[in-house]
Amino acid sequence: MAEFERHSYDVVVIGAGGAGLRAAIAAHDAGARTAIICKSLLGKAHTVMAEGGAAAAMGNLWPDDSWRVHFRDTMRGGKMLNNWRMAQLHAQEAPERVLELEEWGALFDRTPDGLISQRDFGGHRYARLAHVGDRTGLEMIRTLQQRAVALGIDVFMECTVTEVLTDDGAVAGAFGYWRESGRFIVFETPSIVLATGGIGKVYEVTSNSWEYTGDGHALGLRAGAPLINMEFVQFHPTGMVWPPSVRGILVTESVRGDGGVLKNSEGERFMFNYIPDFFKAETADTEEEADGWYDDKKNNRRPPELLPRDEVARAINSEIKAGRGSPHGGVFLDIASRRSPEFIQRRLPSMYHQFKELADVDITAEPMEIGPTCHYVMGGVEVDADTGASAVTGLYAAGEVSGGMHGSNRLGGNSLSDLLVFGRRAGLNAAYYAGRLSESRPQVSERDVTAAGKAALAPFSDAGRVDENPYTLQKDLQATMQRLVGIIRTREELTQALVELETLKERAKHIQVEGHRQYNPGWHLALDLANMLLVAECVATAALEREESRGGHTRDDFPLPSEDWGSKNLVLTEKDGVVSLKHQPLQTMPGELQQLFEEE
Amino acid sequence: MGYDLSMRVWRGDVDSGELAPYTVPVEEGEVVLDAVHRLQATQAPDLAVRWNCKAGKCGSCSAEVNGRPRLMCMTRLTDYDPDETITVTPMRTFPVVKDLVCDVSYNYEKARELPAFAPGPPDPDGKRRMMQADVERGQEFRKCIECFLCQNTCHVIRDHEENKPAFAGPRFFLRYAELDMHPLDTNDRRQLAQEAAGLGMCNITKCCTEVCPENIKITDNAIIPMKERVVDRRYDPLVWLGSKIFRRDERTEV
Ligand SMILES: Cc1cc2nc3c(=O)[nH]c(=O)nc-3n(C[C@H](O)[C@H](O)[C@H](O)COP(=O)(O)OP(=O)(O)OC[C@H]3O[C@@H](n4cnc5c(N)ncnc54)[C@H](O)[C@@H]3O)c2cc1C
Ligand code: SF4
Ligand code: SF4
Ligand code: FES
Repeated sequence: MAEFERHSYDVVVIGAGGAGLRAAIAAHDAGARTAIICKSLLGKAHTVMAEGGAAAAMGNLWPDDSWRVHFRDTMRGGKMLNNWRMAQLHAQEAPERVLELEEWGALFDRTPDGLISQRDFGGHRYARLAHVGDRTGLEMIRTLQQRAVALGIDVFMECTVTEVLTDDGAVAGAFGYWRESGRFIVFETPSIVLATGGIGKVYEVTSNSWEYTGDGHALGLRAGAPLINMEFVQFHPTGMVWPPSVRGILVTESVRGDGGVLKNSEGERFMFNYIPDFFKAETADTEEEADGWYDDKKNNRRPPELLPRDEVARAINSEIKAGRGSPHGGVFLDIASRRSPEFIQRRLPSMYHQFKELADVDITAEPMEIGPTCHYVMGGVEVDADTGASAVTGLYAAGEVSGGMHGSNRLGGNSLSDLLVFGRRAGLNAAYYAGRLSESRPQVSERDVTAAGKAALAPFSDAGRVDENPYTLQKDLQATMQRLVGIIRTREELTQALVELETLKERAKHIQVEGHRQYNPGWHLALDLANMLLVAECVATAALEREESRGGHTRDDFPLPSEDWGSKNLVLTEKDGVVSLKHQPLQTMPGELQQLFEEE
Repeated sequence: MGYDLSMRVWRGDVDSGELAPYTVPVEEGEVVLDAVHRLQATQAPDLAVRWNCKAGKCGSCSAEVNGRPRLMCMTRLTDYDPDETITVTPMRTFPVVKDLVCDVSYNYEKARELPAFAPGPPDPDGKRRMMQADVERGQEFRKCIECFLCQNTCHVIRDHEENKPAFAGPRFFLRYAELDMHPLDTNDRRQLAQEAAGLGMCNITKCCTEVCPENIKITDNAIIPMKERVVDRRYDPLVWLGSKIFRRDERTEV
């Protein structure tokens, strides 16, 4: 077997989105020799696409805001299934993390006093999202990227990790390939931070890019780290629906935060018909009150358009099903009739651009057509709240790939701040752990390396079998998930999904790729597919088990939340290709935090 | 409303390559990247192409469409006549890796050469105050999605490999200007921009501005003002005389 390229580090961060970059900066600052690995070029990770903003209770516009209010909003948005300690740390530390970005050169929009401006978003009691127009993710990733470059952190870009290697249950390294040459590369390291983002590419209609194939979820699972909350997938209420080629591309929630409203084909502002009891007390029930809220939050309650995303997505789904949809199968999102063209262009420049260029729609003059799109996975690697450590020694996770922080539904803006808070914590703790180990580091076994190499080349080997095209297989997987494990689920459909996934898994064994190893997207997809199939199975398995409706998991056959289910997580593990599942009680919240929910 | 699009796509690697002809069915509302993806899925599974967001936000899918530098995901097929053959080639200024993918590491090297942002201390409450009017220019420059189309277009390095070591290119002039105009930065990079980054080699042809998908006024708002600032620094007799003794604007030259 040929000798592979090898590198040795204290900490290897897989992923260069907000979580990965922040983790690497923290690990570097803690003195660890740190590397970042990413599938795309540096600066192109999903985080770049985030639009609306980063939630942090800085109180720049509403001095009454505090971490307690933010904590409460987050827990309620997640229907109380969140890891309370994560939600607490997140609310407490987000302001500091956002201010730190300014230290590194970020230029957020300002208040009249020169402070960081904050915008309204669904589920947040106060205007809380630090933002730059509607391109906040770009600002964040560029700032972190420039910081990481200034610190001289090593970056391996267009390099994909296919296996986390362990030694006696502890992390020993990682195996991957260079996209450009197809050559293999081995990292020896006792600490790995998974920061690989989400799984959205297993659905047909999604706001997520090709990278979102659940790699980190699968890497963690295969290395022995359990996943939690995988049944909770967020369908963002507002994705583009037309033309077909842009179906799923996100329309930021800021459109509603800045005054946009949802209407059906009859021109009715239908969200007033969908206010659930859980949020009645804090939601406006007349248009006057809703419209008054933007300027006077003391005397008015929030517009129903700004209910948490799961509520709005379900409402849109019902309107479309009831035949009150728009011509291309969505509903209308209207800001044109509510705000001046100047306001819209200033606050939502990239939405203006996106609709103008891709759909020939002028959003300052006419309503947009929108519908739900797969956006975010709440589930992920189960981690310790304070350190980001998974169940596998030396394996950490942060950002979208981790689970717990957002419970059953994530509030908009809480991801960008999550990346910063827990990226930093995971990076620091990964570095501390590596530092404590001194000389006795786990060793990468040659056998594992050889096996990983062989597995990666499998799609090339022609054993005279039926050829499967990876692109076709991906399409079929997406169709299955979209049809059977979508926004509204039933036992029959989920059972059917698991049957179809078995067939797809079988077909995947016969994938045959053409061409050479050099920059070959067909081969890359073939390898990603194994991960997609595994996470798809996790989502369907957990969704079938949870017999209630909560947050990003809606069962038509169990339409209400149940108290019993509200007290536990579903934990998934994998061994020899078999996924198993167990119930696990939630950690109990200390009394002083519980009080926050009693004083209404 | 769909039709069969005839395309020519550059296929090859560093050693050799050619324009390969394809016919691919396309649908209403599609962009060039959709056509390339369909080719990949049905006819050319190993066709190399970069993309991420498919919405003009990440700057990955840069290429030349009928010779014009563009983002493939923002180039609508309706811009072309259905009978027209669309030719897609990789960016010319950077070495090709395979098919439509080229080696853009030049840009990442230039990014490393640029001294970082260095703010002074925050206000006593730990926050920093800047007025919207003072950050707006910088914000315009920070809209840059690093598609490197401007770099690809600039004649100083397009077909002039020899100029690359001494020339950072429009994307990074933008960055120098952004930092120079940042209300809180304490570094003075003007000398560096002029000498090490090659600002002087730019003869303000504005070709970079024309191709910027973010519509950043690279030449007018960044390069020309930056050139003026450099001139200020170098020829203002007072600064010239006094630069060793006192700093006019209290920044540290890097
Ligand atoms: C269109 C859109 C708009 C959004 N807007 C907002 C918003 O306004 N506010 C908000 O809070 N959230 C928003 N979100 C959600 C948020 O952007 C994401 O959840 C977040 O950016 C994820 O960050 P991350 O660091 O976890 O992962 P990412 O930024 O996705 O980075 C993942 C990284 O992992 C790398 N990677 C993956 N697999 C591998 C592998 N096998 N080997 C090597 N590297 C690998 C990738 O290359 C990439 O660098 C939005 C999401 C989308 C899609
Ligand atoms: S204006 Fe300057 S940087 Fe821009 S293309 Fe012309 S020479 Fe190059
Ligand atoms: S300045 Fe414009 S053209 Fe140049 S890299 Fe940035 S976005 Fe692309
Ligand atoms: S794919 Fe992101 S800009 Fe084209």
